Amino acid sequence: MYRKFIYPILAIAGFITVSSEPAFAAEETAYVFNTLLFLIGGFLVMWMAAGFAMLEAGMVRSKNVAMQCTKNIALYAIGGLMFWLLGYNLMYDGVDGGFIGSFTAFAVPDPSADTGDYSAASDWFFQMVFCATAASIVSGTLAERIKLWPFLIFVALLCGVIYPIQGAWQWGGGWLSEAGFSDFAGSTIVHSTGGWAALMGALILGARAGKYGENGSINAMPGSSMPLATLGTFILWLGWFGFNGGSQLALGSLEDASSISVIFMNTNLAAAGGVVTALILTQILYKKVDLTMCLNGALAGLVSITAEPLMPSPIMAIIIGSIGGIIVVFAVPLLDKLKIDDVVGAIPVHLLAGIWGTLAVPLTNPDITFGSQILGIVSVGVFVSAVSAILWYVMKMTIGIRVTPEAELMGLDRSELGMDAYPEFTKQ
Amino acid sequence: MKHIMAIIKPFKLDDVRKTLVELGVQGLSVTEIKGFGRQKGHTEIYRGTEYEVSFLPKIQISVVVSDELSDSVVDAILNAAKTGQIGDGKIFVLPVEKAVRIRTGESGAEAL
Repeated sequence: MYRKFIYPILAIAGFITVSSEPAFAAEETAYVFNTLLFLIGGFLVMWMAAGFAMLEAGMVRSKNVAMQCTKNIALYAIGGLMFWLLGYNLMYDGVDGGFIGSFTAFAVPDPSADTGDYSAASDWFFQMVFCATAASIVSGTLAERIKLWPFLIFVALLCGVIYPIQGAWQWGGGWLSEAGFSDFAGSTIVHSTGGWAALMGALILGARAGKYGENGSINAMPGSSMPLATLGTFILWLGWFGFNGGSQLALGSLEDASSISVIFMNTNLAAAGGVVTALILTQILYKKVDLTMCLNGALAGLVSITAEPLMPSPIMAIIIGSIGGIIVVFAVPLLDKLKIDDVVGAIPVHLLAGIWGTLAVPLTNPDITFGSQILGIVSVGVFVSAVSAILWYVMKMTIGIRVTPEAELMGLDRSELGMDAYPEFTKQ
Repeated sequence: MKHIMAIIKPFKLDDVRKTLVELGVQGLSVTEIKGFGRQKGHTEIYRGTEYEVSFLPKIQISVVVSDELSDSVVDAILNAAKTGQIGDGKIFVLPVEKAVRIRTGESGAEAL
Protein backbone atom coordinates (compact mmCIF):
# COMPACT_ATOMS: atom_id res chain seq x y z
CA MET A 1 0.00 0.00 0.00
CA TYR A 2 2.84 2.38 0.71
CA ARG A 3 4.77 1.25 -2.35
CA LYS A 4 3.13 3.76 -4.64
CA PHE A 5 4.43 6.55 -2.40
CA ILE A 6 7.94 5.15 -1.97
CA TYR A 7 9.12 5.70 -5.53
CA PRO A 8 8.02 9.31 -5.88
CA ILE A 9 9.44 10.14 -2.45
CA LEU A 10 12.74 8.52 -3.35
CA ALA A 11 12.80 10.38 -6.64
CA ILE A 12 12.16 13.74 -5.03
CA ALA A 13 14.70 13.08 -2.29
CA GLY A 14 17.20 12.11 -4.92
CA PHE A 15 16.49 15.21 -6.94
CA ILE A 16 16.86 17.49 -3.93
CA THR A 17 20.12 15.81 -3.02
CA VAL A 18 21.51 15.92 -6.52
CA SER A 19 20.61 19.50 -7.40
CA SER A 20 22.93 21.89 -5.67
CA GLU A 21 20.37 24.61 -5.06
CA PRO A 22 16.68 25.25 -5.84
CA ALA A 23 15.91 26.60 -9.32
CA PHE A 24 14.91 29.96 -7.88
CA ALA A 25 14.58 31.33 -4.38
CA ALA A 26 11.17 31.60 -2.76
CA GLU A 27 11.04 35.40 -3.09
CA GLU A 28 11.67 35.14 -6.80
CA THR A 29 8.74 32.74 -7.24
CA ALA A 30 6.17 35.51 -7.31
CA TYR A 31 8.20 37.46 -9.90
CA VAL A 32 8.51 34.42 -12.14
CA PHE A 33 4.85 33.49 -11.94
CA ASN A 34 3.68 37.06 -12.42
CA THR A 35 5.89 37.35 -15.46
CA LEU A 36 4.65 33.99 -16.78
CA LEU A 37 1.08 35.19 -16.43
CA PHE A 38 1.84 38.26 -18.55
CA LEU A 39 3.66 36.21 -21.15
CA ILE A 40 1.07 33.44 -21.41
CA GLY A 41 -1.94 35.72 -21.07
CA GLY A 42 -0.22 38.00 -23.56
CA PHE A 43 0.27 35.45 -26.28
CA LEU A 44 -3.27 34.20 -25.80
CA VAL A 45 -4.48 37.74 -26.48
CA MET A 46 -2.09 37.94 -29.43
CA TRP A 47 -3.89 34.88 -30.81
CA MET A 48 -7.08 36.94 -30.80
CA ALA A 49 -5.60 38.75 -33.78
CA ALA A 50 -6.01 35.50 -35.72
CA GLY A 51 -9.55 35.31 -34.39
CA PHE A 52 -10.41 38.78 -35.65
CA ALA A 53 -8.78 38.07 -38.99
CA MET A 54 -10.72 34.87 -39.56
CA LEU A 55 -14.02 36.25 -38.29
CA GLU A 56 -13.74 39.26 -40.56
CA ALA A 57 -12.52 37.21 -43.53
CA GLY A 58 -15.58 35.01 -43.17
CA MET A 59 -18.01 37.90 -42.82
CA VAL A 60 -16.93 39.83 -45.92
CA ARG A 61 -17.64 38.81 -49.50
CA SER A 62 -15.04 36.80 -51.42
CA LYS A 63 -13.89 39.76 -53.45
CA ASN A 64 -12.70 41.51 -50.29
CA VAL A 65 -11.23 38.63 -48.27
CA ALA A 66 -7.55 39.13 -49.12
CA MET A 67 -7.81 42.81 -48.32
CA GLN A 68 -9.40 42.07 -44.95
CA CYS A 69 -6.57 39.70 -44.14
CA THR A 70 -4.06 42.32 -45.20
CA LYS A 71 -5.65 44.94 -42.95
CA ASN A 72 -5.55 42.55 -40.02
CA ILE A 73 -1.95 41.53 -40.28
CA ALA A 74 -0.83 45.07 -41.03
CA LEU A 75 -2.74 46.67 -38.17
CA TYR A 76 -1.33 44.15 -35.74
CA ALA A 77 2.21 44.92 -36.77
CA ILE A 78 1.75 48.69 -36.87
CA GLY A 79 -0.10 48.71 -33.55
CA GLY A 80 2.70 46.81 -31.87
CA LEU A 81 5.36 49.09 -33.27
CA MET A 82 3.51 52.26 -32.27
CA PHE A 83 2.92 50.93 -28.78
CA TRP A 84 6.66 50.49 -28.39
CA LEU A 85 7.54 53.81 -30.04
CA LEU A 86 5.02 55.95 -28.19
CA GLY A 87 2.07 54.13 -26.66
CA TYR A 88 3.39 52.33 -23.60
CA ASN A 89 5.16 55.25 -22.01
CA LEU A 90 2.35 57.61 -22.98
CA MET A 91 0.04 55.28 -21.06
CA TYR A 92 2.21 54.35 -18.07
CA ASP A 93 5.25 56.57 -17.61
CA GLY A 94 4.69 59.15 -14.91
CA VAL A 95 0.93 59.54 -15.20
CA ASP A 96 0.45 60.04 -11.43
CA GLY A 97 -3.22 60.90 -11.33
CA GLY A 98 -2.94 63.05 -14.43
CA PHE A 99 -4.06 62.80 -18.01
CA ILE A 100 -1.00 61.65 -19.89
CA GLY A 101 2.33 59.87 -19.60
CA SER A 102 5.50 60.71 -21.49
CA PHE A 103 6.13 60.94 -25.22
CA THR A 104 9.05 58.52 -25.25
CA ALA A 105 9.77 55.06 -26.54
CA PHE A 106 9.73 52.12 -24.12
CA ALA A 107 13.23 51.18 -23.06
CA VAL A 108 13.85 47.59 -21.97
CA PRO A 109 15.83 47.46 -18.73
CA ASP A 110 18.85 45.24 -18.40
CA PRO A 111 17.90 41.91 -16.71
CA SER A 112 20.04 42.83 -13.72
CA ALA A 113 18.05 46.05 -13.32
CA ASP A 114 14.68 44.43 -14.10
CA THR A 115 13.50 44.35 -10.48
CA GLY A 116 10.03 44.71 -9.09
CA ASP A 117 7.15 42.26 -9.07
CA TYR A 118 7.48 41.19 -12.70
CA SER A 119 9.61 41.66 -15.77
CA ALA A 120 9.16 45.07 -17.39
CA ALA A 121 9.19 43.66 -20.91
CA SER A 122 6.48 41.16 -20.00
CA ASP A 123 4.30 44.05 -18.91
CA TRP A 124 4.99 45.87 -22.17
CA PHE A 125 4.09 42.74 -24.12
CA PHE A 126 0.89 42.17 -22.18
CA GLN A 127 -0.27 45.76 -22.60
CA MET A 128 0.70 45.86 -26.26
CA VAL A 129 -1.58 43.01 -27.22
CA PHE A 130 -4.53 44.81 -25.62
CA CYS A 131 -3.78 47.97 -27.57
CA ALA A 132 -3.59 46.05 -30.84
CA THR A 133 -6.92 44.37 -30.01
CA ALA A 134 -8.61 47.78 -29.92
CA ALA A 135 -7.35 48.43 -33.45
CA SER A 136 -8.61 45.05 -34.66
CA ILE A 137 -12.11 46.06 -33.64
CA VAL A 138 -12.11 48.97 -36.07
CA SER A 139 -11.18 46.95 -39.14
CA GLY A 140 -14.33 44.81 -39.06
CA THR A 141 -16.81 47.66 -39.12
CA LEU A 142 -15.16 49.53 -41.97
CA ALA A 143 -14.58 46.54 -44.22
CA GLU A 144 -15.25 46.34 -47.96
CA ARG A 145 -14.99 50.06 -48.82
CA ILE A 146 -12.10 51.71 -46.93
CA LYS A 147 -8.73 52.44 -48.48
CA LEU A 148 -5.85 50.50 -46.98
CA TRP A 149 -3.31 53.22 -46.17
CA PRO A 150 -5.66 55.76 -44.56
CA PHE A 151 -6.94 52.94 -42.40
CA LEU A 152 -3.40 52.04 -41.35
CA ILE A 153 -2.61 55.69 -40.62
CA PHE A 154 -5.62 55.75 -38.33
CA VAL A 155 -4.42 52.56 -36.64
CA ALA A 156 -0.99 54.08 -36.06
CA LEU A 157 -2.53 57.07 -34.32
CA LEU A 158 -5.08 54.95 -32.44
CA CYS A 159 -2.36 52.71 -31.02
CA GLY A 160 0.27 55.38 -30.58
CA VAL A 161 -1.85 58.16 -29.12
CA ILE A 162 -5.59 57.75 -28.67
CA TYR A 163 -5.70 54.40 -26.90
CA PRO A 164 -2.70 55.13 -24.66
CA ILE A 165 -4.05 58.49 -23.47
CA GLN A 166 -7.43 57.18 -22.38
CA GLY A 167 -5.68 54.09 -21.04
CA ALA A 168 -3.43 56.33 -18.97
CA TRP A 169 -6.49 57.82 -17.29
CA GLN A 170 -7.36 54.43 -15.87
CA TRP A 171 -4.74 51.67 -15.96
CA GLY A 172 -1.87 54.13 -16.07
CA GLY A 173 -2.94 55.44 -12.67
CA GLY A 174 -4.53 58.60 -13.99
CA TRP A 175 -7.43 60.79 -12.92
CA LEU A 176 -10.13 58.31 -13.83
CA SER A 177 -8.78 55.54 -11.65
CA GLU A 178 -8.52 58.01 -8.79
CA ALA A 179 -12.17 58.92 -9.38
CA GLY A 180 -13.11 55.32 -8.62
CA PHE A 181 -13.78 54.05 -12.13
CA SER A 182 -13.29 50.30 -12.49
CA ASP A 183 -12.59 48.37 -15.68
CA PHE A 184 -10.88 45.09 -14.88
CA ALA A 185 -9.83 43.96 -18.34
CA GLY A 186 -11.10 46.68 -20.65
CA SER A 187 -14.80 46.71 -21.53
CA THR A 188 -14.37 50.47 -21.84
CA ILE A 189 -10.62 50.95 -22.21
CA VAL A 190 -10.24 48.42 -25.03
CA HIS A 191 -13.62 47.41 -26.42
CA SER A 192 -15.58 50.64 -26.23
CA THR A 193 -12.53 52.56 -27.41
CA GLY A 194 -12.33 50.38 -30.48
CA GLY A 195 -16.09 50.64 -30.84
CA TRP A 196 -16.19 54.46 -30.71
CA ALA A 197 -13.39 54.68 -33.25
CA ALA A 198 -15.28 52.23 -35.46
CA LEU A 199 -18.56 54.12 -35.10
CA MET A 200 -16.97 57.43 -36.03
CA GLY A 201 -15.34 55.77 -38.99
CA ALA A 202 -18.59 54.21 -40.14
CA LEU A 203 -20.42 57.52 -39.94
CA ILE A 204 -17.76 59.44 -41.85
CA LEU A 205 -16.91 56.69 -44.35
CA GLY A 206 -20.48 55.88 -45.23
CA ALA A 207 -22.18 52.59 -46.00
CA ARG A 208 -21.19 50.10 -48.67
CA ALA A 209 -22.54 50.85 -52.11
CA GLY A 210 -25.95 49.31 -52.56
CA LYS A 211 -26.37 48.43 -48.89
CA TYR A 212 -29.21 50.84 -48.23
CA GLY A 213 -31.79 51.66 -50.89
CA GLU A 214 -34.47 54.31 -51.15
CA ASN A 215 -37.55 54.03 -48.94
CA GLY A 216 -35.63 52.28 -46.23
CA SER A 217 -34.78 49.07 -48.07
CA ILE A 218 -31.74 47.17 -46.83
CA ASN A 219 -29.69 44.73 -48.89
CA ALA A 220 -28.23 41.75 -47.12
CA MET A 221 -24.62 41.03 -48.09
CA PRO A 222 -23.91 37.59 -46.67
CA GLY A 223 -20.35 36.72 -45.70
CA SER A 224 -18.21 34.39 -47.76
CA SER A 225 -17.27 31.77 -45.21
CA MET A 226 -19.24 30.66 -42.20
CA PRO A 227 -16.55 28.16 -41.15
CA LEU A 228 -13.91 30.92 -41.02
CA ALA A 229 -16.25 33.21 -39.10
CA THR A 230 -16.97 30.42 -36.61
CA LEU A 231 -13.32 29.49 -36.26
CA GLY A 232 -12.47 33.13 -35.69
CA THR A 233 -15.04 33.37 -32.94
CA PHE A 234 -13.71 30.29 -31.16
CA ILE A 235 -10.18 31.63 -31.43
CA LEU A 236 -11.32 34.92 -29.88
CA TRP A 237 -13.09 32.98 -27.11
CA LEU A 238 -9.87 31.11 -26.33
CA GLY A 239 -7.81 34.28 -26.37
CA TRP A 240 -10.21 35.91 -23.95
CA PHE A 241 -9.00 33.65 -21.15
CA GLY A 242 -5.71 35.44 -21.51
CA PHE A 243 -7.47 38.78 -21.84
CA ASN A 244 -9.48 38.49 -18.63
CA GLY A 245 -7.33 36.02 -16.73
CA GLY A 246 -4.12 37.89 -17.39
CA SER A 247 -5.71 41.10 -16.15
CA GLN A 248 -5.47 39.77 -12.61
CA LEU A 249 -1.92 41.08 -13.14
CA ALA A 250 -0.43 38.66 -10.62
CA LEU A 251 0.00 34.93 -10.11
CA GLY A 252 2.25 35.04 -7.09
CA SER A 253 -0.17 33.79 -4.48
CA LEU A 254 -2.90 31.26 -3.78
CA GLU A 255 -5.44 34.04 -3.96
CA ASP A 256 -4.25 35.09 -7.39
CA ALA A 257 -4.41 31.56 -8.72
CA SER A 258 -7.85 31.11 -7.28
CA SER A 259 -9.04 34.44 -8.66
CA ILE A 260 -7.76 33.67 -12.14
CA SER A 261 -9.58 30.35 -12.04
CA VAL A 262 -12.83 32.10 -11.18
CA ILE A 263 -12.15 34.60 -13.97
CA PHE A 264 -11.72 31.78 -16.50
CA MET A 265 -14.96 30.24 -15.34
CA ASN A 266 -16.97 33.47 -15.45
CA THR A 267 -15.51 34.38 -18.83
CA ASN A 268 -16.69 31.08 -20.26
CA LEU A 269 -20.12 31.30 -18.65
CA ALA A 270 -20.70 34.79 -19.99
CA ALA A 271 -19.79 33.75 -23.53
CA ALA A 272 -22.09 30.77 -23.26
CA GLY A 273 -24.91 32.98 -22.02
CA GLY A 274 -24.43 35.28 -24.97
CA VAL A 275 -24.58 32.39 -27.45
CA VAL A 276 -27.68 30.77 -26.02
CA THR A 277 -29.52 34.07 -25.82
CA ALA A 278 -28.76 34.81 -29.46
CA LEU A 279 -29.76 31.26 -30.42
CA ILE A 280 -33.13 31.54 -28.71
CA LEU A 281 -33.84 35.12 -29.76
CA THR A 282 -33.08 34.62 -33.44
CA GLN A 283 -35.17 31.44 -33.48
CA ILE A 284 -38.09 33.33 -32.00
CA LEU A 285 -37.72 36.55 -33.97
CA TYR A 286 -36.73 35.15 -37.36
CA LYS A 287 -38.07 31.56 -37.15
CA LYS A 288 -34.55 30.43 -37.99
CA VAL A 289 -31.37 30.59 -35.94
CA ASP A 290 -28.77 32.98 -37.37
CA LEU A 291 -25.24 31.62 -36.99
CA THR A 292 -23.60 35.03 -37.34
CA MET A 293 -25.75 36.38 -34.51
CA CYS A 294 -24.73 33.45 -32.33
CA LEU A 295 -21.09 34.24 -33.05
CA ASN A 296 -21.70 37.88 -32.20
CA GLY A 297 -23.57 36.73 -29.09
CA ALA A 298 -20.55 34.83 -27.80
CA LEU A 299 -18.33 37.85 -28.28
CA ALA A 300 -20.85 40.25 -26.74
CA GLY A 301 -21.03 37.98 -23.71
CA LEU A 302 -17.25 38.04 -23.47
CA VAL A 303 -17.08 41.83 -23.80
CA SER A 304 -19.80 42.25 -21.17
CA ILE A 305 -17.96 40.24 -18.52
CA THR A 306 -14.63 41.87 -19.29
CA ALA A 307 -15.18 44.86 -16.98
CA GLU A 308 -15.63 42.60 -13.96
CA PRO A 309 -14.91 38.91 -14.52
CA LEU A 310 -13.92 38.13 -10.92
CA MET A 311 -16.74 39.24 -8.62
CA PRO A 312 -19.83 37.77 -10.30
CA SER A 313 -21.33 34.52 -9.16
CA PRO A 314 -21.81 31.95 -11.94
CA ILE A 315 -25.46 32.96 -12.29
CA MET A 316 -24.58 36.63 -12.55
CA ALA A 317 -21.86 35.91 -15.12
CA ILE A 318 -24.40 34.06 -17.25
CA ILE A 319 -26.91 36.89 -16.90
CA ILE A 320 -24.34 39.57 -17.72
CA GLY A 321 -23.26 37.66 -20.82
CA SER A 322 -26.84 36.95 -21.83
CA ILE A 323 -27.75 40.61 -21.74
CA GLY A 324 -24.80 41.20 -24.05
CA GLY A 325 -26.34 38.66 -26.39
CA ILE A 326 -29.72 40.41 -26.24
CA ILE A 327 -28.09 43.76 -26.99
CA VAL A 328 -26.43 42.37 -30.09
CA VAL A 329 -29.52 40.71 -31.55
CA PHE A 330 -31.48 43.96 -31.35
CA ALA A 331 -28.66 46.40 -32.11
CA VAL A 332 -27.55 44.82 -35.40
CA PRO A 333 -30.82 45.50 -37.26
CA LEU A 334 -31.14 48.81 -35.44
CA LEU A 335 -27.85 50.03 -36.89
CA ASP A 336 -29.12 49.06 -40.33
CA LYS A 337 -32.28 51.09 -39.73
CA LEU A 338 -30.03 54.05 -38.87
CA LYS A 339 -28.05 53.35 -42.06
CA ILE A 340 -24.84 52.75 -40.12
CA ASP A 341 -23.14 49.96 -42.04
CA ASP A 342 -21.18 47.72 -39.66
CA VAL A 343 -20.09 44.69 -41.65
CA VAL A 344 -19.32 42.37 -38.73
CA GLY A 345 -21.41 43.83 -35.89
CA ALA A 346 -18.39 45.24 -34.06
CA ILE A 347 -20.32 48.26 -32.79
CA PRO A 348 -22.98 46.21 -31.00
CA VAL A 349 -20.43 43.68 -29.75
CA HIS A 350 -17.65 45.97 -28.58
CA LEU A 351 -19.16 49.41 -28.05
CA LEU A 352 -22.67 48.65 -26.80
CA ALA A 353 -21.84 45.46 -24.89
CA GLY A 354 -18.74 47.24 -23.61
CA ILE A 355 -20.88 50.03 -22.17
CA TRP A 356 -23.23 47.46 -20.64
CA GLY A 357 -20.36 45.48 -19.14
CA THR A 358 -18.91 48.61 -17.61
CA LEU A 359 -22.27 49.68 -16.16
CA ALA A 360 -22.84 46.20 -14.75
CA VAL A 361 -19.77 46.31 -12.50
CA PRO A 362 -21.54 47.82 -9.45
CA LEU A 363 -24.07 44.96 -9.65
CA THR A 364 -21.43 42.56 -8.44
CA ASN A 365 -18.67 44.77 -7.05
CA PRO A 366 -19.86 46.71 -3.98
CA ASP A 367 -16.83 49.02 -4.02
CA ILE A 368 -17.79 50.62 -7.32
CA THR A 369 -20.56 53.13 -7.99
CA PHE A 370 -22.67 53.69 -11.06
CA GLY A 371 -21.57 57.32 -11.00
CA SER A 372 -17.91 56.55 -11.44
CA GLN A 373 -18.70 54.02 -14.15
CA ILE A 374 -20.76 56.55 -16.09
CA LEU A 375 -17.96 59.07 -15.67
CA GLY A 376 -15.53 56.65 -17.25
CA ILE A 377 -17.85 55.62 -20.07
CA VAL A 378 -18.65 59.22 -20.99
CA SER A 379 -15.16 60.68 -20.68
CA VAL A 380 -13.54 57.91 -22.71
CA GLY A 381 -16.41 58.03 -25.19
CA VAL A 382 -16.18 61.76 -25.74
CA PHE A 383 -12.39 61.74 -26.03
CA VAL A 384 -12.08 58.77 -28.37
CA SER A 385 -15.05 59.80 -30.51
CA ALA A 386 -13.89 63.38 -30.87
CA VAL A 387 -10.30 62.60 -31.78
CA SER A 388 -11.29 59.72 -34.04
CA ALA A 389 -13.87 61.81 -35.83
CA ILE A 390 -11.36 64.58 -36.43
CA LEU A 391 -8.83 62.09 -37.78
CA TRP A 392 -11.28 60.36 -40.07
CA TYR A 393 -12.65 63.66 -41.30
CA VAL A 394 -9.25 65.23 -41.96
CA MET A 395 -8.15 62.17 -43.91
CA LYS A 396 -11.44 62.12 -45.82
CA MET A 397 -10.93 65.73 -46.86
CA THR A 398 -7.26 65.34 -47.77
CA ILE A 399 -6.19 61.90 -48.95
CA GLY A 400 -9.67 60.36 -49.10
CA ILE A 401 -10.62 57.29 -47.12
CA ARG A 402 -12.97 55.51 -49.49
CA VAL A 403 -12.16 53.56 -52.63
CA THR A 404 -13.79 54.57 -55.92
CA PRO A 405 -17.21 53.11 -56.76
CA GLU A 406 -15.65 50.97 -59.51
CA ALA A 407 -13.04 49.63 -57.12
CA GLU A 408 -15.70 48.84 -54.57
CA LEU A 409 -17.77 46.91 -57.13
CA MET A 410 -14.74 45.04 -58.47
CA GLY A 411 -13.69 44.20 -54.95
CA LEU A 412 -10.77 45.51 -52.92
CA ASP A 413 -8.70 42.39 -53.53
CA ARG A 414 -8.48 43.21 -57.21
CA SER A 415 -8.44 46.98 -56.96
CA GLU A 416 -6.18 47.58 -53.95
CA LEU A 417 -4.06 44.41 -53.86
CA GLY A 418 -4.19 43.03 -57.38
CA MET A 419 -4.82 39.52 -56.17
CA ASP A 420 -7.69 37.14 -55.51
CA ALA A 421 -8.41 35.45 -52.22
CA TYR A 422 -9.68 32.35 -54.05
CA PRO A 423 -7.90 32.49 -57.41
CA GLU A 424 -8.74 29.16 -59.02
CA PHE A 425 -10.91 28.59 -62.05
CA THR A 426 -8.65 30.21 -64.62
CA LYS A 427 -5.30 29.56 -62.96
CA GLN A 428 -4.62 26.05 -61.69
CA MET B 1 -23.97 15.26 -83.57
CA LYS B 2 -26.06 16.75 -80.82
CA HIS B 3 -25.15 18.77 -77.72
CA ILE B 4 -27.46 17.71 -74.92
CA MET B 5 -27.49 20.30 -72.15
CA ALA B 6 -29.35 19.32 -69.01
CA ILE B 7 -29.99 21.47 -65.96
CA ILE B 8 -30.63 19.24 -62.98
CA LYS B 9 -30.73 19.29 -59.19
CA PRO B 10 -27.20 19.01 -57.76
CA PHE B 11 -27.81 15.83 -55.77
CA LYS B 12 -28.93 14.04 -58.95
CA LEU B 13 -25.57 14.39 -60.65
CA ASP B 14 -24.23 11.01 -59.67
CA ASP B 15 -27.39 9.15 -60.75
CA VAL B 16 -27.30 10.88 -64.12
CA ARG B 17 -23.59 10.21 -64.56
CA LYS B 18 -24.06 6.48 -63.87
CA THR B 19 -26.88 6.14 -66.38
CA LEU B 20 -24.97 7.95 -69.10
CA VAL B 21 -21.86 5.85 -68.59
CA GLU B 22 -23.96 2.70 -68.83
CA LEU B 23 -25.40 3.99 -72.05
CA GLY B 24 -21.95 4.25 -73.59
CA VAL B 25 -21.44 8.01 -73.43
CA GLN B 26 -17.69 8.60 -73.65
CA GLY B 27 -17.46 11.88 -71.77
CA LEU B 28 -19.37 14.72 -70.24
CA SER B 29 -18.71 18.03 -68.54
CA VAL B 30 -20.35 19.62 -65.55
CA THR B 31 -20.81 23.21 -64.37
CA GLU B 32 -22.20 24.57 -61.15
CA ILE B 33 -24.85 27.13 -61.98
CA LYS B 34 -27.73 28.92 -60.34
CA GLY B 35 -31.12 29.36 -61.86
CA PHE B 36 -34.85 29.50 -61.52
CA GLY B 37 -37.76 28.36 -63.62
CA ARG B 38 -41.44 28.93 -63.13
CA GLN B 39 -41.09 28.51 -59.37
CA LYS B 40 -40.76 31.85 -57.61
CA GLY B 41 -37.88 32.55 -55.23
CA HIS B 42 -38.30 32.79 -51.50
CA THR B 43 -37.07 35.15 -48.76
CA GLU B 44 -34.47 34.45 -46.11
CA ILE B 45 -33.19 36.60 -43.23
CA TYR B 46 -29.54 37.55 -42.70
CA ARG B 47 -28.77 39.49 -39.54
CA GLY B 48 -32.29 40.82 -39.33
CA THR B 49 -32.59 41.82 -42.98
CA GLU B 50 -34.90 40.01 -45.39
CA TYR B 51 -33.51 39.21 -48.78
CA GLU B 52 -34.80 37.46 -51.89
CA VAL B 53 -33.31 34.13 -52.82
CA SER B 54 -34.19 34.08 -56.51
CA PHE B 55 -31.54 31.69 -57.74
CA LEU B 56 -31.17 28.12 -56.59
CA PRO B 57 -28.05 26.02 -57.11
CA LYS B 58 -28.25 23.66 -60.06
CA ILE B 59 -25.85 21.52 -62.07
CA GLN B 60 -25.57 21.85 -65.83
CA ILE B 61 -24.39 18.71 -67.64
CA SER B 62 -23.18 18.83 -71.20
CA VAL B 63 -22.74 15.78 -73.40
CA VAL B 64 -22.09 15.72 -77.14
CA VAL B 65 -23.17 12.49 -78.81
CA SER B 66 -23.95 11.11 -82.24
CA ASP B 67 -27.43 11.73 -83.61
CA GLU B 68 -28.42 8.07 -83.08
CA LEU B 69 -27.65 8.17 -79.36
CA SER B 70 -29.34 11.50 -78.76
CA ASP B 71 -32.86 10.34 -77.93
CA SER B 72 -31.77 7.61 -75.55
CA VAL B 73 -29.50 10.05 -73.75
CA VAL B 74 -32.39 12.46 -73.28
CA ASP B 75 -34.58 9.63 -71.90
CA ALA B 76 -31.82 8.43 -69.63
CA ILE B 77 -31.24 11.85 -68.14
CA LEU B 78 -34.96 12.38 -67.76
CA ASN B 79 -35.46 9.20 -65.76
CA ALA B 80 -32.37 9.59 -63.61
CA ALA B 81 -32.87 13.26 -62.75
CA LYS B 82 -36.61 13.24 -62.07
CA THR B 83 -37.94 13.57 -58.54
CA GLY B 84 -41.46 14.76 -59.30
CA GLN B 85 -40.93 17.98 -57.28
CA ILE B 86 -40.75 21.43 -58.84
CA GLY B 87 -37.23 22.50 -59.78
CA ASP B 88 -36.27 19.18 -61.43
CA GLY B 89 -34.83 21.07 -64.37
CA LYS B 90 -34.81 20.94 -68.15
CA ILE B 91 -33.02 19.23 -71.03
CA PHE B 92 -32.10 21.01 -74.25
CA VAL B 93 -30.84 19.48 -77.46
CA LEU B 94 -28.72 21.62 -79.73
CA PRO B 95 -27.11 20.79 -83.08
CA VAL B 96 -23.32 20.57 -83.17
CA GLU B 97 -21.52 21.80 -86.25
CA LYS B 98 -18.08 20.38 -85.59
CA ALA B 99 -16.22 18.38 -82.96
CA VAL B 100 -12.42 18.02 -82.66
CA ARG B 101 -10.24 15.89 -80.36
CA ILE B 102 -7.40 18.11 -79.20
CA ARG B 103 -4.84 15.35 -78.60
CA THR B 104 -5.05 13.84 -82.08
CA GLY B 105 -6.75 16.43 -84.20
CA GLU B 106 -9.45 13.99 -85.35
CA SER B 107 -12.80 15.51 -86.11
CA GLY B 108 -16.36 14.42 -86.64
CA ALA B 109 -17.88 11.38 -84.98
CA GLU B 110 -14.44 9.91 -84.17
CA ALA B 111 -13.79 12.87 -81.92
CA LEU B 112 -16.69 12.03 -79.61
